Amino acid sequence: MSEPWGPHDLGGQDGGPIDLAEHDTAYWEWQIDAMVRLALKKGLISDFAELRDGIEQLTPDDYARCTYYERWAKSLAYALVSRGVIDEKRLNEKIAAVKARQDAEGAA
Amino acid sequence: MTDHDHDHSRTFQPDHAEPTSDGARIGLALRELLIEAGHYTAGEEQSVIEAMQGASPENGGRIVAKAWNDAEYKERLLANGAEAIKELGYELEPYEFTVMENTADTHNVIVCTLCSCYPRALLGMSPAWYKSSSYRARVVREPRSVLAEFGVELSDDVSVRVHDSTAELRYMVLPQRPAGTDDWSEAQLAKLVTRNSLVGTERDLKIA
Amino acid sequence: MNEPVFHVGQRVRIADRTPPVHHRVPSYAKGQVGVIERVCGLHGEPEKFIRGDGKPPQRIYRVRIPQPELWTSYEGTEGDKLEIEIFEHWLEAAE
Repeated sequence: MSEPWGPHDLGGQDGGPIDLAEHDTAYWEWQIDAMVRLALKKGLISDFAELRDGIEQLTPDDYARCTYYERWAKSLAYALVSRGVIDEKRLNEKIAAVKARQDAEGAA
Repeated sequence: MTDHDHDHSRTFQPDHAEPTSDGARIGLALRELLIEAGHYTAGEEQSVIEAMQGASPENGGRIVAKAWNDAEYKERLLANGAEAIKELGYELEPYEFTVMENTADTHNVIVCTLCSCYPRALLGMSPAWYKSSSYRARVVREPRSVLAEFGVELSDDVSVRVHDSTAELRYMVLPQRPAGTDDWSEAQLAKLVTRNSLVGTERDLKIA
Repeated sequence: MNEPVFHVGQRVRIADRTPPVHHRVPSYAKGQVGVIERVCGLHGEPEKFIRGDGKPPQRIYRVRIPQPELWTSYEGTEGDKLEIEIFEHWLEAAE
């Protein structure tokens, strides 16, 4: 038994009771799922291993805080920015635009 | 953009993130950029989502019912799951598909400790608990305690086999056929099979 | 070419190493001894992929490890097993 080498390497660790509540997959989660599958299909990334690698690079805090599809989103963003498919500045602008739109919707 | 306005957007449970989290915003922003740049279209997205939503534990129920009713099919299914499910029109490539049979003295349970590998294209979205840190951390070390939380109390004359899905195999448990179903049709049998029984967190299927 | 190195029933040891790249061996299984439960197919090797070398095919085996050997003060019975998929280059023959 070695030390865990990333935040994902959970087997055998302590954990609390398992939350058995069912969770309806939200539409944005389906969208992230589809985005990853299409990114693979279109060759924007070459393998799920690349996504897993990105998820494993998350800090333990970030890993614990993120839900499943949030980890996918962060990892795909990292991969596509590293590969030059997406410009980091444009991504940040878009994130700000999404936030502004959501804030406006929330206020309405 | 109005395609984010839909009925599903507020069906979250309190312990799951809202789409306004940082991670979700990164995902939504990335999605918009990729669509704007023409890497894929909203129509392609819709097709992928519909295909994924078409998979469900009912597919597993159909496979299990056929295996219960046809000993030769069961043999093929246990020997090479990926080939055997093609006979019913299912496919899980590029993964190998491995079916583990529960018996009177063996109980199988599936986990992916490193991420949350699951035969999604066959059984649909994995349950939230399957992806939870607690399940992934604990079921390998204390499977009996974890199963007890799901209501499965195993006596000492039943051995547990935990299968950690670490690479390119995907798993399904073949639950035991309930007594008193000898003259049931495959369609009736298939309805008895639950999602949790296919993962191994349920053992004794109930006949209504 | 690509013939399996190990056979069903053979005792094998899983390497105890931690390459600083993506790999699919959980820490709890590293250094453990088990028995080959089945010989699986050839699949891309995850570590090489991340180094940008492509994913050369490697044999996968299912390795069966007795639970009481894996965990101190294991809660279950002698017959309980853990089974895990391991790529060939992580395995060596064990006594």
